[in-house]
Amino acid sequence: MDYQWDFSGLWQYRGLFLQGLAYTIGFTILTIVSGIVVGTVFALARLSGWKIVTIPIMVVVELFRCTPVLVQLVWCYYALPMLIGIEIAPATAAFITLTMYGAAFYAEIVRGGIVSIDAGQWDAGRAIGMRRGQLMAKIILPQALRRMVPPLVNQSVLQLKNTSLLSVLAVPDLLYQGQLVTSAIYRPLETYTLIAFIYLAVLFPTTRLAHWLEGRRT
Amino acid sequence: MTGKAQTANGADPMIEVVGLKKSFGALHVLKDINLSVPRGHVVAMIGPSGSGKSTLLRSLNLLSLPDAGCITIGGHRMDFSMGRVSMRDRDLAAFRAGTGMVFQNFNLFPHMSVIDNVMIGPVSVLKQDKATARAQATELLAKVGLAARADARPEQLSGGQKQRVAIARALAMKPEVMLFDEATSALDPALVGEVLAVIRQLAEQGMTMILVTHEMAFARDVADTVIFMQDGFVVETGDARQVINEPREAATRDFLSHFHGGLS
Repeated sequence: MDYQWDFSGLWQYRGLFLQGLAYTIGFTILTIVSGIVVGTVFALARLSGWKIVTIPIMVVVELFRCTPVLVQLVWCYYALPMLIGIEIAPATAAFITLTMYGAAFYAEIVRGGIVSIDAGQWDAGRAIGMRRGQLMAKIILPQALRRMVPPLVNQSVLQLKNTSLLSVLAVPDLLYQGQLVTSAIYRPLETYTLIAFIYLAVLFPTTRLAHWLEGRRT
Repeated sequence: MTGKAQTANGADPMIEVVGLKKSFGALHVLKDINLSVPRGHVVAMIGPSGSGKSTLLRSLNLLSLPDAGCITIGGHRMDFSMGRVSMRDRDLAAFRAGTGMVFQNFNLFPHMSVIDNVMIGPVSVLKQDKATARAQATELLAKVGLAARADARPEQLSGGQKQRVAIARALAMKPEVMLFDEATSALDPALVGEVLAVIRQLAEQGMTMILVTHEMAFARDVADTVIFMQDGFVVETGDARQVINEPREAATRDFLSHFHGGLS
């Protein structure tokens, strides 16, 4: 092993890496928000108990939970346009897929958090005349949210890492830019090492922050 | 002096229950319950566990929806005689708002301070402004002896204190009727007295109340009427002293024989 590591050639591409990082973080934040919104809607719909909504939602959730994201991304970009007759831009396909993939997991986290709240809390809210929506918003969700923080953070960390798959659709995220740089300077080992460090540098403080937040709230 | 002082002669029923039925699957928990409680009256419901007394209490507040029958509280009527119609959330909530309920396990909202627990009903249901609600909540906490704990969190309180906050929370809705579901059963014996004192005070002020309780001496002293339930039926109902001291029915006698220690 006498490989000569040489990171010097990477500096000139710092603009590309930064741009890629911006895409990665932008996509992550967008799809965490959209995923949690859709997931919460799924969870509340499932808790309504109406079979006409719960069954289709369960099908969708299981479909996205039980297939790999990479397969979903490729399918959404190449096969979905054939079905619906509308061409989809790579970024749109990526957004839809990551939103739905995240939503499938967020839905279970939100639902689990809600059902873990003691039935006595519902009784107490109803007994003072609160309506279902008020009870959910003021009594149940604030308590459930606290319990949901750790799994939500875990899922969101995965969400960021999953954005690396966007490169297969030529969405210029961090990994895609890395591939570009590699093909320019033929230094794949250095490039991917740097990329791994960038992911680590973003995620490690994030998980620490989440850990601290969690400790502070309980 | 107890609630007996305000006892009317039954001319003005605050609570009227007719033909109430409730099943959980094949299990008939309430079988044709009829009940009339005059304004200002205190009723104690006693009976073995599984007799249906808690389900009856929860039905009165529609936390458990009856299958048949009719409930009237303070002139508001809920009719289940057409079978199990799906009632609208808004109507159920409006009906419940007029009745206060206190639970065995307190069910305080753990993510709110004591005073917020008391204020949330008036603020979010009655749309009171916060200053008014706060003033009223402060007054109610003083009434149950917890003015100093307004800013505490529920987990910092003893069981007896929690239950007194729960009573204040129910009273904040200015209910016409208070329902107590084994309000002292989860408490250390040493803490039962402080909760019973608050309930007794409410009785003296003429609050119409139904208590499901295992405190026989308290039922005898504070209630006007005692109802003995067994297997989903009202077996015996009558003057509190008479039912507890000289029950007419063999089943009541048999049940009360387990409580002699508590009746001294």
